[in-house]
Amino acid sequence: MDFQIAMLLGQDGITNGAIYALLALALVLVFAVTRVIFIPQGEFVSYGALTLVMIQAGAIPATVWLLLGAGLLAAALDVRLALRAGQPGRLVRLLGWYVAYPLALVALLYTLPVKDFPMAAQILFALAVVVPMGPLMYRLIYQPIAAAPVLVLLIVSVAVHVAMVGLGLLFFGAEGSRTPPFSEARFEMGPVMVSGQTIWVVVSSLVLIVALYQFFERTLYGKALRATAINRVGARLMGISPALAGRLTFFLAALIGALSGVLIAPITTIYYDTGFLIGLKGFVAAIVGGLASYPMAAAGALLVGLLEAFSSFWASAHKEVIVFTLIIPVLLWRSLRGRHVEEEE
Amino acid sequence: MNANIHGSNLILKTVLEVRDLTVSYGKVEALSNANIKVGEGQIVTVIGPNGAGKTTMLSAIMGLLESRGKVDFDGTIEGVPVVERMVARGMNLVPEKRELFGEMTVEDNLVLGAFQRHRSGHRDHAQTMEEVYQLFPRLKERRSQLAGTLSGGERQMLAVGRALMAKPKLLMLDEPSLGLAPLIVREIFRIISELRRRGVSILLVEQNARAALQVADYAYVLETGEIAMEGPARQLADDPRVIEAYLGLGGKHQEMLST
Repeated sequence: MDFQIAMLLGQDGITNGAIYALLALALVLVFAVTRVIFIPQGEFVSYGALTLVMIQAGAIPATVWLLLGAGLLAAALDVRLALRAGQPGRLVRLLGWYVAYPLALVALLYTLPVKDFPMAAQILFALAVVVPMGPLMYRLIYQPIAAAPVLVLLIVSVAVHVAMVGLGLLFFGAEGSRTPPFSEARFEMGPVMVSGQTIWVVVSSLVLIVALYQFFERTLYGKALRATAINRVGARLMGISPALAGRLTFFLAALIGALSGVLIAPITTIYYDTGFLIGLKGFVAAIVGGLASYPMAAAGALLVGLLEAFSSFWASAHKEVIVFTLIIPVLLWRSLRGRHVEEEE
Repeated sequence: MNANIHGSNLILKTVLEVRDLTVSYGKVEALSNANIKVGEGQIVTVIGPNGAGKTTMLSAIMGLLESRGKVDFDGTIEGVPVVERMVARGMNLVPEKRELFGEMTVEDNLVLGAFQRHRSGHRDHAQTMEEVYQLFPRLKERRSQLAGTLSGGERQMLAVGRALMAKPKLLMLDEPSLGLAPLIVREIFRIISELRRRGVSILLVEQNARAALQVADYAYVLETGEIAMEGPARQLADDPRVIEAYLGLGGKHQEMLST
């Protein structure tokens, strides 16, 4: 291996690592606030990317029907609750978000020539379709079992993942797709060529991470989510309901997932089930952080990205094996350290 | 009956009226048919030994525990109270375990106390925080410190301050003196009287019966899940049964500390 190849692989590793870092942050966030191990995180990656592909192909993305269906279901549930609780004032808001919003989206996608819009607008449409599925998923699937043990939540997560992959095959077909890059620019940095898309991925990830940090440190709702993660009972006593925190968390997780998908769609071919593998690597990174530490998770993501890139050069047939084997020493180290802490107490 | 509460001559509005509140853990009834009332601007205390069901009662009123019975708060009856709804309506609980956000700063803890108020459109938490800081100057000194690093007394002050950030109509305090040094206990009770002066109604659960009876207007004695006695606090403090069971004799030293 010469220096140039090493630089190329490093660049690849950092690009992928940036995406894994985003997904790892989302996984840590979801687990800390709701105790859900969010296996379907990766599905938002492929849903985001492939919804963008459909929009660019001039089709009505099938995911919008899923959004409408889930919205109707949630509306049926919540309208009944609102009526029983004697709060008819909430009806308008509920119906607005659950039913009117997806319908408006469908209408816009049918009437506007979205195919000819600039890419930024197409991306916004893709996010507008995919991201609201996050809070809806929380409302329909996790909120009714919010008090269940972690294991039950995990089993449900696996079920949701399988269902979403199946629906993905139905919506997008078995063909893989790519989107055109955000910019065709190429930069020469010494001996290495850096593609514009790589810079987009790394910079967007950094911006998103900083934005998330600001959100958690500065805003009331960010603090409320942290409070829920630290002390659930205390948060409830402040009027921060677990349902609100859960919906907000899933919104962020879906946003991060869909955005990651949109970012990497020009670099790798995305299939309906690609997201799972990407999400799993984010999960490995999150495990490095013990599902609790954000900086450790981000560092783990970078490690996973680089390990993947270099092992694809030396032993490309085994690159997944090498990446996922990383979990074993990490878990060993964590459990040995964990027992030590227990002894101290 | 609503207007003239607890037989006093003052005409008071009832803030909280609990009727036949029953809580069971499995088949065991931890609280049976409890009836209590809190008038506006009053301090009402519930005293009793360990395991009498005091914390259970507060948790049930707040909606943290499932219960049967009726909780009439501020004119609206809740069949089954839900925590977030009770907070939104102006009820606040300072739990026995404080339940602070340990890895967040004192100031962030206080800001979160106003979360529900902020959500419902009252964006005045900066002013409320100044009031809380006036009441607890110590918290202002420690504003940027993590809540988990505070001493026991400071943690209790923060827990009360955080609850006050919601500007509650009814503040429920669960064992505010638990585990605190006598001088700090005295400080806490001074603040409880100060809060009444500011018009906050308080439901106080205490094991420190002497201090509680001194500060309260009306008192209930809870024993093995049932209200055993009730009456104006002064009267109860002189009741021989209460003296024997909860106050003991010759507690001059304690009496001095609790004033």
